[in-house]
Amino acid sequence: MYGLFLRHFYLIKSSLPRIIDLIYWPTIQIILWGFISKFFSIYSDYYNNTLGVILTCAILYDILFRSSISFNMLFLEEIWSRNFTNLFIAPLKLREIITSLIFTALVRTLIGLVPAIILTSPLFGVSILKLGFPLLLLFLSLYIFGVTLGLFVSAGLIRYGPSFENIAWSSLFLLAPLGCIYYPIDILPDFFQIVAKGLPLVYIFDETRNILLNGFINYENLKQAYILNLIYLVCGISLFYFSFMRARIKGTLINMGE
Amino acid sequence: MHTPLKVIGLSKDYNGKSAVKDISFEVEKNEIIGILGPNGCGKTTTIGMILGLLKPTKGKVLINEIEIENGRIDLLDKINFISPYIELPKKLTVRQNLEVYGRLYDVKNLKTKIEYLSGELRLNNILDKVTGELSSGQKNRVSLAKSIINNPMVLLLDEPTASLDPETGDFIRSFLENYQKEKGASILLASHNMFEVERLCSSVLMMNKGIIIDKGKPEELIQKHGRKNMEEVFLKLTREKYELK
Repeated sequence: MYGLFLRHFYLIKSSLPRIIDLIYWPTIQIILWGFISKFFSIYSDYYNNTLGVILTCAILYDILFRSSISFNMLFLEEIWSRNFTNLFIAPLKLREIITSLIFTALVRTLIGLVPAIILTSPLFGVSILKLGFPLLLLFLSLYIFGVTLGLFVSAGLIRYGPSFENIAWSSLFLLAPLGCIYYPIDILPDFFQIVAKGLPLVYIFDETRNILLNGFINYENLKQAYILNLIYLVCGISLFYFSFMRARIKGTLINMGE
Repeated sequence: MHTPLKVIGLSKDYNGKSAVKDISFEVEKNEIIGILGPNGCGKTTTIGMILGLLKPTKGKVLINEIEIENGRIDLLDKINFISPYIELPKKLTVRQNLEVYGRLYDVKNLKTKIEYLSGELRLNNILDKVTGELSSGQKNRVSLAKSIINNPMVLLLDEPTASLDPETGDFIRSFLENYQKEKGASILLASHNMFEVERLCSSVLMMNKGIIIDKGKPEELIQKHGRKNMEEVFLKLTREKYELK
């Protein structure tokens, strides 16, 4: 019994990423739910349709989550199946790989989300389709940011190999408290507000709440989100190319999966 | 006529340490050249640079007289690679895997090509089986099918018969001999199987600690070093002390 305990204890003790991983999840959960609780304790009458707003935001956040994870999973599956090298010795340009992954991630996202969207209506009487045409703009914006995060993580996987895998899973949860999914930005401490304003999520979810509560669309928020999306997407693609170049120097591509 | 594969003064350093140092060789059309050497001698690094997966620190790789660094994507269409350390997606059937790679290499008449490869490599009975459930011999034949699906003019083989039973190993060797003769392919074979090297290779490069320490026809090397076979030559050369300058 003690031997089995030691087997896992040595593993944890020798790996900083494992220790960080153990600390990371509870911390993020506590921060996120701390802000949510703070919001509801201060503004208990803010929403007259709390369930609808919270559930709609949760589904929209899942668009971001699914699209990013789908992108990462496509990469991770190649690593896990030890097929990574085969992919990179095929005559495929990097832009072709990125385009193919973006399209496949969209299909995976829709397969995962459509049943959930359909279920919320009979179960909770909430339909995100009530957002109307702006839903398409919100979806596209979240999808672009999700894919961009996928590009950042995949760039890390190319450069650092499977050891970067934990980052792939945890990157999105880091953004959850800062993204102001369930509460307005002014609930965050001042410093976090500065950081949050650099994320398109704040504008997307602020606009979602605005549409649901006030029934009209403020295109300024969406414009801000799309501008930030474009900047991050260009950075993500550039980082992907840069990581590939570095991986060719460091030899990660040939040792991937080992 | 262009030399299909030319390696000129190729070097690769990792953090200031040499993995491969100033090696040069050529593989002509319709020729199989062997690379021999102990683990960590630089064989895989050399193959990685030929495939464009690694950027050389110095030197160049020419495929059909075009430098891989200048036309990697176009040249990858003319090369392929097989290694026991690289696998095909396990959840896909053999047919699906060949279809995927056929499309990645833009193979014309893909269905006919898959039928041809299935016949040649005895895959007919396993075409619709999931790749992950195959025996290592079957997986090896599937990987070989993938590696020649684009009719590569340069085929790189990293221990193509490692961990195979003698019958399957012999089948693979015979297949490679026939493939090379039929297609006039240039093959670079990295192997630890000395019998395989003696049988298949017209010439051998002996590597140790990142440099080519000897080269020649197998029979010439055996005679030159006064040994009975390539295994003894290998042991003699790898046990001698070759230090990198």
